[in-house]
Amino acid sequence: MSEVKLLEVDKLITSFDTERGMLRAVDQVSFSIPQGKTVGIVGESGCGKSVTAMSIVHLLPQPSGKILGGEIRFKGEDLIHASDKRMRQVRGGEIGVIFQEPMSALNPVHRIGRQVAEVFRIHKDMSKKDAWDAATEMLALLRIPAPEKRMMDYPHHLSGGMRQRVVIAIALACHPSLLIADEPTTALDVTVQAQILGLLESLQNDIGMSVMLITHDLGVIAESCDEVVVMYAGRVVESAPVDELFGNPLHAYTQALLRSIPTLETPPKSVLPTIPGLVAGLGEHTHGCRFCQRMDRKSSMTRERPKFKEVQPGHWLEICKECSNL
Amino acid sequence: MFEPVSDTPLLTAEDLRVHFPVRTGLFMKQTGAVKAVDGVSLRLGVGETLGIVGESGCGKSTLGKALVRLLTPTSGKILFEGRDITHLGQGALRPLRRDFQMIFQDPAESLDARMSVRSLIEEPYRIHGMGNRAERKKWVDDLLETVGLSASSVEKYPFEFSGGQRQRIGIARALALKPKWLVCDEPVSALDVSVQSQILNLLVDLQKNFGLSYLFIAHDLSVVKHVSDRVAVMYLGKIVELADSETIYRSPKHAYTKALLSAVPIADPKVKRKKILLEGDVPSPIDPPAGSAFGHRMNHPRYEETIGMDLSLREIQPGHWVAADPTCLSPEDWEQISHRAADTDHIRLS
Repeated sequence: MSEVKLLEVDKLITSFDTERGMLRAVDQVSFSIPQGKTVGIVGESGCGKSVTAMSIVHLLPQPSGKILGGEIRFKGEDLIHASDKRMRQVRGGEIGVIFQEPMSALNPVHRIGRQVAEVFRIHKDMSKKDAWDAATEMLALLRIPAPEKRMMDYPHHLSGGMRQRVVIAIALACHPSLLIADEPTTALDVTVQAQILGLLESLQNDIGMSVMLITHDLGVIAESCDEVVVMYAGRVVESAPVDELFGNPLHAYTQALLRSIPTLETPPKSVLPTIPGLVAGLGEHTHGCRFCQRMDRKSSMTRERPKFKEVQPGHWLEICKECSNL
Repeated sequence: MFEPVSDTPLLTAEDLRVHFPVRTGLFMKQTGAVKAVDGVSLRLGVGETLGIVGESGCGKSTLGKALVRLLTPTSGKILFEGRDITHLGQGALRPLRRDFQMIFQDPAESLDARMSVRSLIEEPYRIHGMGNRAERKKWVDDLLETVGLSASSVEKYPFEFSGGQRQRIGIARALALKPKWLVCDEPVSALDVSVQSQILNLLVDLQKNFGLSYLFIAHDLSVVKHVSDRVAVMYLGKIVELADSETIYRSPKHAYTKALLSAVPIADPKVKRKKILLEGDVPSPIDPPAGSAFGHRMNHPRYEETIGMDLSLREIQPGHWVAADPTCLSPEDWEQISHRAADTDHIRLS
C-alpha cells in the first residue's frame, strides 16, 4: 500500500484483569488509518470498539486494563511503550479525543473558557491572556454563537449540541493529526448530528487531520467515512473502503448488520431480518469463528483461529467456511 | 403496505396543553411557564400506530405522559373511548390504567433491580388484584413466551439480561393487563441495531395479534416510518405536520419536516444528498417566539407576518395536514391553504 499510514494498529490484544481471570476484550485487532482519511469502526456494544480506542491513548481503566500484545505505531512511533509523560503530550496535542457523553467530558464546576484555554496553557505554554483569546477563537471556529459570552458559561448552561461543540473545540485546539471520536453524535438529535458531522468534515479538510470514528450507526459510517472496520466480539471480521463494504459485504455478520436496519425505503411494518442469538460474553469466546458461535455452529468449536486475509486490494476478511461469502 | 386501520377513534386529544410553572425568587413566585405541549390535537384509531417525531425538547415525551395521564394537562381534553379522562383522579384512573400502558426507553432504569422477572411481570396482576397464585403463574409463563423469553428466565433478575431482553421484560409488563393502547417512548433507541430489529418485529407482531394501538415516540425517523401508519411531526410543543407515513416521507410540505428528513444519515455511500442544515437548537419553550417558531429559527423574512396569525393545521391533501405558516411552506402550498379556515377535523379523520 502506497498511502501514508498515520496510525497502524497491529494484532493489538487488550485484557481486563477481573475476578473471573484475564478477559480479553480486544483480540488481535489490526487496522490502519491513512493520512487525512476518516476510518469508521462499527460493531455492537461490547465488541471492543471503545477499548481499542482507549488502548491507543492509554486511557484504559486502571489498574485492570492491560495491553498484552501487538503494536500501535503513530507516525512510526511505538505508543504502547511510550512513557506517561510522552502520552500526556500526545493526548490533546497530536491526538484529540472526543467521548460520547458531552456532559461527563466537561468539568461542571469550571467555566467553559477555562476548560478550553487550559489546553493552550498546557500544550502551547501560552500566557493566560493569549490562551483565553485562542480559546475564544476556537469556539468561534466551531460556530458557537456569541463565543465571548459562552466562555463565561458553565457546562450546564449549554444544550447537548453546544456542549459537544465545546468538547470538539478542546479536542481540536492543538490541531491534532488524529482525532478519535467515540460515538460523538449518538446522544444528539439528527439535526444536531448533521451539524456536528458537517463541522468535523470541514475542519478535517482545513487542518488535514485523520479521524477514527467509532459508531454503531451505519448511516453515519456511510456518509462520513472513507474506510470501515467491522468488529465482532473483540475481533475485526471485515474491513474495506466504504463503497466496497456497503456494495460488496463478504462476511455474514456485516451482511446481517446491513440487512437489519430499517431504511426509509423498507415497507412499513414488514418483518425486519434479525440476527439470532446473542454476542457471547467476555470469557465465553471460542477460538474459532465467533459469529459461528452465535449461530450455534459446530465450526466455532475448533481450536484454530480463522485467518484474517486481504481478499481483494484493500478488502480484508476473516476467513471462515460458514461466514465468509467469497 | 400498511394495515387497514379502523376509523373508530380509541383516543382523541383536543387542544391539549401541558405547561410547567417556572418559579423564581425568594417567594417562588411564578414568573413564566414551560409550554411543553402547547395546543396538540390528535386521534389514535383502533389498531393504529401514530408516530411522533421531533428534536429533544419538542414535547413529545410530555405529550405521551399526558395522554396516559401520568401528568395532568393544563388545559384541553383527552377522550378515551368517548370518556373524558382529562381530570380524573388517581382512584378513578386505576381501573382504566389496565387499558393504557407505557414502554420506556431505558429498561435498565425502568425495571426494579431487586425484583425477579416473575415478580416484575406479576406486579400488575397483584396491584389490580387479579387471579390466584396458580393463575398468575400461568399468565406470567404465557407472557414470557409471547415476548420471546425462555421460561427459565422467571427466577432471574434484570441485571442478568442484555438490553434487548430487558426491553422484552418491559414489554411483557406493559402487556400483562391486556391494554388497548401503549405509549412507546423511544423503545429501541438504547439498543443495538440487530436487537432493535428484533424488538420492532415483536411490537409489530403484538399489534397484529392483539389489535393494539401505539403512540410511538422516537427520534429515529426510519424507525418511526417503519412502524407507523401515520406520523405527526412536533416542533416546540405543537404538531406542525401530520400525514400517513408514506406521504410524509415522500412529499413533506413543512420546512421543518424537510430539514429533519434530510438530516437522517442514509446507510448507502452512493447516495449523495444536499443536506438542509439547521442553525442552532430548538428554541426554549419557556419564552417561545410570538409568531412561527420555526420561521424564527430560520430567520425567515416573513416572520413578522406570522405574529398573531392562526398557524393551526389545515388539510393540504386528503389526510395530509400541515401548519398554515407562510414561513415554512413553499409559495404554491401556502397559496393553496392560506385562505382555508382552521378546523380540527384531523382529530376525527385519518
